[in-house]
Amino acid sequence: MIEISHLTKRYGPFTAVDDISFSVEPGQVLGFLGPNGAGKSTTMKMITGFLAPTSGTVRVCGHDVQSAPLAAKACMGYLPEGAPNYAEMSVRAFLEFIADVRGLTGSHRRSRMDDVIARLGLNGVLEQVIETLSKGFRRRVGLAQALLHDPQVLILDEPTDGLDPNQKHEVRTLINAMSKDKIIVISTHILEEVDAVCNRAIIIANGRILADDTPKALAARATSGRLDDVFRQITMTTKPATSKSAPEVAHA
Amino acid sequence: MHNVLVIFRREFFSYFATPLAFVFIVIFLLLAGVFAFYLGGFYERGQADLAPFFNYHPWLYLFLIPALSMRLWAEERKSGSIELLMTLPVTVWQAVIGKYLAAWCFAGVALLLTFPMWITVNYLGDPDNGAIFAAYIGSFLMAGGLLAIGACLSAATRNQVIAFIFTVVICFGFLLSGFPLVLNLFEGWAPQPVVDAIASLSFLTHFGSISKGVIDLRDLLFFGTLIAAWLAANVIVLEMKKAD
Repeated sequence: MIEISHLTKRYGPFTAVDDISFSVEPGQVLGFLGPNGAGKSTTMKMITGFLAPTSGTVRVCGHDVQSAPLAAKACMGYLPEGAPNYAEMSVRAFLEFIADVRGLTGSHRRSRMDDVIARLGLNGVLEQVIETLSKGFRRRVGLAQALLHDPQVLILDEPTDGLDPNQKHEVRTLINAMSKDKIIVISTHILEEVDAVCNRAIIIANGRILADDTPKALAARATSGRLDDVFRQITMTTKPATSKSAPEVAHA
Repeated sequence: MHNVLVIFRREFFSYFATPLAFVFIVIFLLLAGVFAFYLGGFYERGQADLAPFFNYHPWLYLFLIPALSMRLWAEERKSGSIELLMTLPVTVWQAVIGKYLAAWCFAGVALLLTFPMWITVNYLGDPDNGAIFAAYIGSFLMAGGLLAIGACLSAATRNQVIAFIFTVVICFGFLLSGFPLVLNLFEGWAPQPVVDAIASLSFLTHFGSISKGVIDLRDLLFFGTLIAAWLAANVIVLEMKKAD
């Protein structure tokens, strides 16, 4: 369960996330949609406890992310935007490090390691140094890291960005396979992805929630019945809160 | 404690995953030797001690320690891995201490590898090994103090070169704070107790007294509090700006 209430993040006069509230239940795969700079990544960074909100609260699995960060972080798996990792480590050493931090031990640790390695097809590259891997493989290593402790809540920031169509398909199949009892939040600006994996979509622009519905119901709002027409219709009609363009928070 | 150890291990072995470890250790040993034998006149003095060796450690550290510390946090910021680290179930304190101890231990390994100096002086004469041991402790503590400064400054930027330059400047100030070069900046306008306090921060003075063979509790306390204070500052810097 993720409960977000009145979440706001300001950078000086600029409001990146403006008083948003929603909650996500187990079994939901939530697609977080919006144009670049809409506040998707900022919201995800606040859910995962990387950024402190200006005001408002986030509760994950019943733990307040600000007052009980360790408990909240323990039940989350997070793939940050761009899938950063320790590039000088081998894939195996990196995953062992994550398993250590997550406190996995014994046979459970071995079975979890085997599971993510098999699921993401990392067997052939285990001893390779991460920086020598292709972009697709690096993204898979990032996903493996997020899945390793079999978390109740998965936060994936643009999980298929930069992947080729086959890899995108694999990642979507993976997400579908896990979606039954988990909470998965995916940010994306690829609309077909929402159709393919999500059973709920939130459209966000200028830090505000503009729509929250199933992808089907959203698509039905346009006369054409297409999700991208709805997306454009909704996000183009709202005026930006300030004339300044949104600062890129992540890796500016 | 478990988390500190996990982060320590990752960080420590990451030095050896790149040529950094090799380059650092070779340059450190080479320069330490060159300074001791040529500038320090190790043979010419005809004395069985390692003073000409240890006397140049502060100056060696002034440039080599910032090279070690500059990557600690700036690199995490640059690559974005700080976001990964800070969303794992570890506290900022655990991350700061784990990474710092890894760098300090690495500096300790480089220092230990100077043992041929110790063998040489014992082969040639009959030195006071207690004093040599004390000087090693002093040198290690000084490296720790400089590293704590460097770790904190590295957390303040995503640019390793900026971290390096600022660390060299601040470390230079701390090394020489008992000397006119630094004190003249404060004398005249700052009250005398402040000037005295600044003078007492001098690394060279504290290192000097330990390396004479006297491990005084005050010197240990000095380095201990200094390291703790800079690590606390490191935590505060990270808490204040994690993202950019």
